[in-house]
Amino acid sequence: MPEGPAPAPVTQRLRVRYAKRGRLRFTSHRDISRAVERAVRRAGIPVAFSAGFTPHPKISYAGAAATGVASEAEYLEIGLIEARDPARVRSDLDAALPAGLDIVDVVPVRQGREGDAPVKPGAFADRLEASEWRIRLDGVAERDAAAAVAAFLGAGAIEVERLTKKGRRRFDVRAAVSALQAEPGELDRRAAEAADAPCAILRMVVRHTTPAVRPDDILTGLRQVADLAPPSPPLVTRLAQGPLDADTGGLTDPLDPDRAHPGRVTEQPPGDDAGAAGGPVLPQSSGAASADVVSACS
Amino acid sequence: MPVESIFPRLEPLLPRVQKPIQYVGGELNSQVKDWDAARVRWALMYPDAYEVGLPNQGVQILYEILNEREGVLAERTYSVWPDLEDVMREHGIPQFTVDAHRPVAAFDVLGLSFSTELGYTNMLTALDLAGIPLVAADRGEEHPIVLAGGHAAFNPEPIADFLDAAVLGDGEEIALAITEVIAEWKDEGRPDGRDGLLLRLAASGGVYVPKFYDVTYLPDGRIQRVAPNRPGVPWRVDKHTVMDLDAWPYPKRPLVPLAETVHERFSVEIFRGCTRGCRFCQAGMITRPVRERSITTIGAMVDQGLKESGFQEVGLLSLSSADHSEIGEVAKDLADRYEGTNTSLSLPSTRVDAFNITLANEFSRGGRRSGLTFAPEGGSERMRKVINKMVGEDDLIRTVTTAYENGWRQVKLYFMCGLPTEEDEDVLAIAGMARRVIQAGREATGRRDIRCTVSIGGFVPKPHTPFQWAAQCDHETVDRRLRALKDVLRSDKEYGRAIGLRYHDGQPSVIEGLLSRGDRRVGKVVRAAWEDGARFDGWTEHFSYERWTAAAGAALAGEPVDLDWYTVRERDEVEVLPWDHLDAGLDREWLWQDWQEAVDGTEVEDCRWTPCYDCGVCPTMGTEIQIGPTGKRLLPLSVV
Repeated sequence: MPEGPAPAPVTQRLRVRYAKRGRLRFTSHRDISRAVERAVRRAGIPVAFSAGFTPHPKISYAGAAATGVASEAEYLEIGLIEARDPARVRSDLDAALPAGLDIVDVVPVRQGREGDAPVKPGAFADRLEASEWRIRLDGVAERDAAAAVAAFLGAGAIEVERLTKKGRRRFDVRAAVSALQAEPGELDRRAAEAADAPCAILRMVVRHTTPAVRPDDILTGLRQVADLAPPSPPLVTRLAQGPLDADTGGLTDPLDPDRAHPGRVTEQPPGDDAGAAGGPVLPQSSGAASADVVSACS
Repeated sequence: MPVESIFPRLEPLLPRVQKPIQYVGGELNSQVKDWDAARVRWALMYPDAYEVGLPNQGVQILYEILNEREGVLAERTYSVWPDLEDVMREHGIPQFTVDAHRPVAAFDVLGLSFSTELGYTNMLTALDLAGIPLVAADRGEEHPIVLAGGHAAFNPEPIADFLDAAVLGDGEEIALAITEVIAEWKDEGRPDGRDGLLLRLAASGGVYVPKFYDVTYLPDGRIQRVAPNRPGVPWRVDKHTVMDLDAWPYPKRPLVPLAETVHERFSVEIFRGCTRGCRFCQAGMITRPVRERSITTIGAMVDQGLKESGFQEVGLLSLSSADHSEIGEVAKDLADRYEGTNTSLSLPSTRVDAFNITLANEFSRGGRRSGLTFAPEGGSERMRKVINKMVGEDDLIRTVTTAYENGWRQVKLYFMCGLPTEEDEDVLAIAGMARRVIQAGREATGRRDIRCTVSIGGFVPKPHTPFQWAAQCDHETVDRRLRALKDVLRSDKEYGRAIGLRYHDGQPSVIEGLLSRGDRRVGKVVRAAWEDGARFDGWTEHFSYERWTAAAGAALAGEPVDLDWYTVRERDEVEVLPWDHLDAGLDREWLWQDWQEAVDGTEVEDCRWTPCYDCGVCPTMGTEIQIGPTGKRLLPLSVV
């Protein structure tokens, strides 16, 4: 059997925040992983490979938003055999990816002091304690959404049932929700106010638990407690993931602990309809949304 | 006329269907051109699911060639799965292109590439969803020209009612020529309407317009005559042959999808045509003569294609890739060039000889070494003589022995069942061959973990081959022989467990046979099956034999012919075949003689290395064999 030299070792690890926007929200996690691998090759980024008969590029993902769910805050980690300027990696990789799969931020993994044990795999995933979600509900009036939210928040526990990998399970969704509010569709109030085209936006912070409580499960819970039944598929966007700030109830940037230098490498967003993210729910949101993120009701 | 994207209407519905990403477009290297700036607009369709259609070379090549031209626009459309079909019908969403989500009915041409006849019903779905009348005669000036190409278009008669036109052979030049004709006709104010355009296309001699030919039948059901029904229409329509592959180095910028597809690699055609002369092989017969792409063009295409796509695998395509006159140099130089870059090379369609092991070693340098595939096609020596697959069993054993000695552990063998003159013992001989393969592997390596997988396909006689006159084997016989083979392998204590057997039952081949050698009367069967729900007939989970037999029974009720007449009936030399007026260049007398020699087990050599045996293609088509060696080599690329 063929035996080659051992693969070149990883000399730099980069943590990458990326977004999936617009129609690219229909990509599955596998689609994204293939697209990233190809973009890395096209961009000439010196990715490390695993050993073995079928070497794989060293790219790992921390969770992944479901197919059909848009996100402003997905994370991956990539191992390089030669150190590269993170700003350059951000722009090269972004240019090599299809529009809608966008690189938001690239930060080198902060190495511990000499003599310290290297950062364990999984350590980064542990920082992702919760997600902030926005759910657009076309055809739902804001007051109905607000009433459902009030009923939800007032309930002690809300058990929903879902098919998980381990079979059909019943679990509480209320406890995982640390914030939930309803607001009218932001950018097109006229349409929202028109009786025939109402639209509500839900914003929430949900802790990452086992089994995972997904936005869908929250909607199931809202249906159970208040008969909230959106007439068309809701548009779900993850705005942020990160450590949960106990004081504010919001999320902080999970890459902050890695920032060795003050200079951040963050995409300058074109428009900022997620500016409302500066509200009480999400104090830390660097979750700049591009014009692709549909917030306005259609 | 502005043509709007249907995407805003489609998008909210996509969460309701499986794998929605296949419908959103946005592939790397796809393009959206300005609608109003285009004089001629093509919708290119591969009538199967996106995951199969996207990697198709023919569509990608035409897409790029057409879009490179100023004033020409090409977009792609694929078959939608039944779940989306239902949603589209419910919401009145028409068949759309994935590039700009424009309705297919708005284009000038709907060009369909048929690799297989089993895509015919998918064409009807697409036409129906597009709002284009199914029957060509019902279409008006506002509807696209529905044009078929691909290997199945060498006998388009079963779908003649639904087609405006068909082209035979290589598409590069004729697609541009058709574009010119359409542009002129539009510029002149569409003289004589739709028929005016079709007549111009037909008169060129390179486009078959079925409606300009009348077919008459004898009382017993055979065809009496196929004749043009108006002046200016030629008696025969010729196939097209691109004579310098180096001048057409496409795809240059391969499409890279987000969705997962059946081939995740960059493919380069290293030559077209094959003159090995395997008698069952329609591709080998209709793509003659052999035209090689030079080693330097191959090298440049691989370089550019990998850079443009980011793919990790390169496939060197052709009908028999190891036959390229400089394949050794191509393999070695590419392996050298990409060593250490985690780029793998693959060589589909190789023949059984020891040289291929050298190639395979080259290709797997530093990479996986999982399995090697060979295609003896026939289990017995006699059978292989009949089909002109000149592989001796001892040669095969020598080859696999070398493979096992070189570290390969698994060999895959391809065969066919239901070949002309086949007897039970010919199929059972496959077991003997597989046993010897395992035995050789164990002896060569001293190991027990040697595997051999036997894959068997049902033989379907195809137009423009020496077997076009043959009786197709009935599916009961095919199934019985395969069961017998399975029993023999299963009861083999010594070798049986090392041999895997893969085959499909014989019924789908019968329907493929009907569609392959059918005439215009079969169009009624296609339509009846489609109306009864036939979709994706190439997919086991969608195919229904009962639906097709019921459709054939009903649609052919008033005719002197039936399903058996089209399939298990042997034709005689004088019978007019439905495709006789469509010229692949093969001399009919030569085909008949080759058929007779097949029955006698007489072999014929490859004309690349032995004198011409007058198959007729080169003189008829004005073509010639184009092979190397060029004596050139590939230089290493400077490292990025």
